[in-house]
Amino acid sequence: MSPVLEVANLRVDFSGRTAAVRGVSLKVQRGETHCLVGESGCGKSVSALAVMGLLARGAVRDADVLRFQDTDLTRLSERGMARLRGDKMAMIFQEPMTSLNPAYTIGSQMAEVYERHRGAGRRAALDRAAELLGRVGITAPGMRLAQFPHQLSGGLRQRVMIAMALMCDPELLIADEPTTALDVTVQAQILRLLQTLQRELGLSLLLITHDLGIVARMANQVSVMYAGELVESATAEALFAAPTHPYTRGLLACIPIPGTVRRDEPLGSIPGTVPRISPGFAGCGFRDRCTHALPACAQTVALRSAAPGHAYRCVLPAEWT
Amino acid sequence: MNSSPAAIEVMNIRREFRTGRGMFASARPVRAVDGVSFALPAGQVLGIVGESGCGKSTLARMILGLLPASSGEVRVDGRRLDSMDRRERARLIQPVFQDPFSSLNPRRTVEEIVSLPLAAQGDVPRAQMRERVMEMLARVGLSAEMAGRQPAQLSGGQRQRVAIARALVLRPRIVVCDEPTSALDVSVQAQILNLLAELRRELGLTYLFISHNLAVVEHIATEVAVMYLGRIVEQAETDTLFRGPSHPYTRALLASVLTPEPGKGIPDVGLGESYPDPANIPPGCRFHPRCPMAENRCQSESPEGLVRGGRLVECLLA
Amino acid sequence: MKLRHLATALGGVIVAFVLLVGIFAPLLAPHDPFAQDLMRRMVPPEWMEGGSTANWLGTDQLGRDYLSRLIYGARISMLIGILTVVTSGTIGITLGVLGGFFGGRVDDVVMFAITCRLSIPLILVALTVVALLGSSLTLVILTLGLLLWDRFAVVARTTTMQVRNLDYIAAARAAGASLAHILLREVLPNILSHLLVVATLEMALAILLEATLSFLGLGVPSPLPSWGLMIAEGKDYMFFSPWVIMVPGVTLFVLVMGINLLGDGLRDLLRAERV
Repeated sequence: MSPVLEVANLRVDFSGRTAAVRGVSLKVQRGETHCLVGESGCGKSVSALAVMGLLARGAVRDADVLRFQDTDLTRLSERGMARLRGDKMAMIFQEPMTSLNPAYTIGSQMAEVYERHRGAGRRAALDRAAELLGRVGITAPGMRLAQFPHQLSGGLRQRVMIAMALMCDPELLIADEPTTALDVTVQAQILRLLQTLQRELGLSLLLITHDLGIVARMANQVSVMYAGELVESATAEALFAAPTHPYTRGLLACIPIPGTVRRDEPLGSIPGTVPRISPGFAGCGFRDRCTHALPACAQTVALRSAAPGHAYRCVLPAEWT
Repeated sequence: MNSSPAAIEVMNIRREFRTGRGMFASARPVRAVDGVSFALPAGQVLGIVGESGCGKSTLARMILGLLPASSGEVRVDGRRLDSMDRRERARLIQPVFQDPFSSLNPRRTVEEIVSLPLAAQGDVPRAQMRERVMEMLARVGLSAEMAGRQPAQLSGGQRQRVAIARALVLRPRIVVCDEPTSALDVSVQAQILNLLAELRRELGLTYLFISHNLAVVEHIATEVAVMYLGRIVEQAETDTLFRGPSHPYTRALLASVLTPEPGKGIPDVGLGESYPDPANIPPGCRFHPRCPMAENRCQSESPEGLVRGGRLVECLLA
Repeated sequence: MKLRHLATALGGVIVAFVLLVGIFAPLLAPHDPFAQDLMRRMVPPEWMEGGSTANWLGTDQLGRDYLSRLIYGARISMLIGILTVVTSGTIGITLGVLGGFFGGRVDDVVMFAITCRLSIPLILVALTVVALLGSSLTLVILTLGLLLWDRFAVVARTTTMQVRNLDYIAAARAAGASLAHILLREVLPNILSHLLVVATLEMALAILLEATLSFLGLGVPSPLPSWGLMIAEGKDYMFFSPWVIMVPGVTLFVLVMGINLLGDGLRDLLRAERV
């Protein structure tokens, strides 16, 4: 079966100064959750925006393959992209307050999407909006439709954003840190909702996050990014059972896990900070922080296979990292 | 547990804010902190956890003397904080804030920032000031050449180290850490947590560690207080609390921690859609509208001050 | 992008040039600006018919060298511009920072003061004061300085309110810093760049107002060589000797434009810094 989204060798530069994304390849299969994980500045959000054609001015996108279902996105006009966005491909962001227009009611914002893409009347659009608000677990949807964004709590706003993204039955939902601004209990509720919706609607989900806990609980497939590069990609089971890239290993060691870590015993940590990558940078972006770094790390490092379906980008064999 | 004298003691502290100075809306008080008490022996770490709006940051600001309390008092080493002058208070208690991008003055150098508490004392000679600043910078893992840099030239982790150096340069008794790692990347968060733990051991510090991240709190705290809508609803030793949470809210919080264990799925925390609003605290148990176990009496009977098994659990059903 | 940098640099060069000319006026002026020579009245500039290199910009109705008066006029304009901004800046920034930092009652008082000031008709009050007390350079500076503080106060107040809630202010308070330290060393440096932009605007305004007052005969007293006064004194002769108005007029225009270009450039720089 062909993937819903296929990206090969995606590159994004910002005004020739920063190489934000350096050759990212991934496939999102139908009905699966693909997590793109990494720390701030690793290029995960930029990758998503590049797929959606929403990069800021001054950014240059280049890719060998950028395909959504049967559509080649590299050849699509801005108008064609706009027709796709919010229809078959929808996106939700970290801060729902800034993605909702404070001057319009929830109802009119939700209805507008449906009217634009489906040419439906206001009545039908509002009915659809109410149905979806119910679907995302909002009681009394009729009342909520008439409210303005500031009248809702953060958790409710994110539910509204999800409902809005679902208005046109998208095939692919890209969620960029959808729960980072929320409290932990609300986060669990929202993630659970996303999981349920995905199962019921057969959605493909590209979930961008920095939180390995979310990755472990949500993902089928995981891509780990560091300094603009894909450093490891595997199924969630394989990644957590046998993390192979030194960065992935280091990252996992950094997380305090309730019930397992002893107090007064230091957490694992990665020394140093994320480098800024300019165009023309070659080699592994992690080498300055890596305890295994070799001279060969300064040259382009190819992806190698740790196991079938488990790739990592390191000069060392899997059993040495 | 409380046999040693408390390094810091908070007694029934409260803070109300008046909002709605509008023409028609009558001023409705927001009870941000609604009667919090605890005592913490020296050398311990009290983790204060809760979600946004639970009053934990307001509590921190009152303890630091940055915000006057509406009622109640804070004592450090048995002396009332509000009876001290600013210099004395600064020698006893210092903060580390969440966002290292806003907690450092962008127009100052690292050396100027770290020496501020010493300079404010007014009686530290210049040469000694410089020496102590350099010693502190080395202690938090910053090289001497960082002293001349400005915050914009530092990474998030380095900035937080500067903030820690500033907090410790006076050798305070108590450090109030208000979400000190929440704005940092995971790999840097671990560095900072390790540093804080190490400094506590070496300098014999007492921490109030405020966080929404339970995993982080479990790692660093010796005792944990869970706040909900302005009150501590459960308080216990860390291991006790994490092994056997008694308050349904604590249980929900613990359940919502997503450990990196694939296949476990997303837990059902069982809380409803309603959201805690400090301007509208429900009668009876303040948690009852969201509580999955709530009974009728929870709507009217107040669980305030209930102690179960020798520890505070403000729940009628626990 | 490039053009904007160029404009800022141009503004800076103009302001610096006029400032230097004002400072070194005694060295630069070819003649005594007060020396009258009634035999050589209304001599046109060098490039016009009847002009000579003895008086590059000609002479005025009393035979005084126009170039020398223009050079000394730069002194008056810059003096008024700078001293007015210092006076009004001190008043406005003090009020604005106090109101913004403390809020509540203090802020109410500051806001009331700003409102009062904004309802005073600037020119009318300045005219009245000068008409009642007689005209002198000091009086013009004081009058303008006491009137032009409103924008300083408004900008200082809003920027202080933004800075007030940042954690480094809380950290300084927790560090035991005195109020004076917090206001002067933590708040002020972080709002200063905004105030610099205001200062350029106010300086241009003060220079124009001085010219206006002098033109109306109520500003700098004759025979001081103010550009506004030069225009006023030249207006009777403008039909036959237009340069007596053109020369100080164009100079005034160029200086004010230079200050404004500089101010715009600073503002852009600020915006870039914040991003």
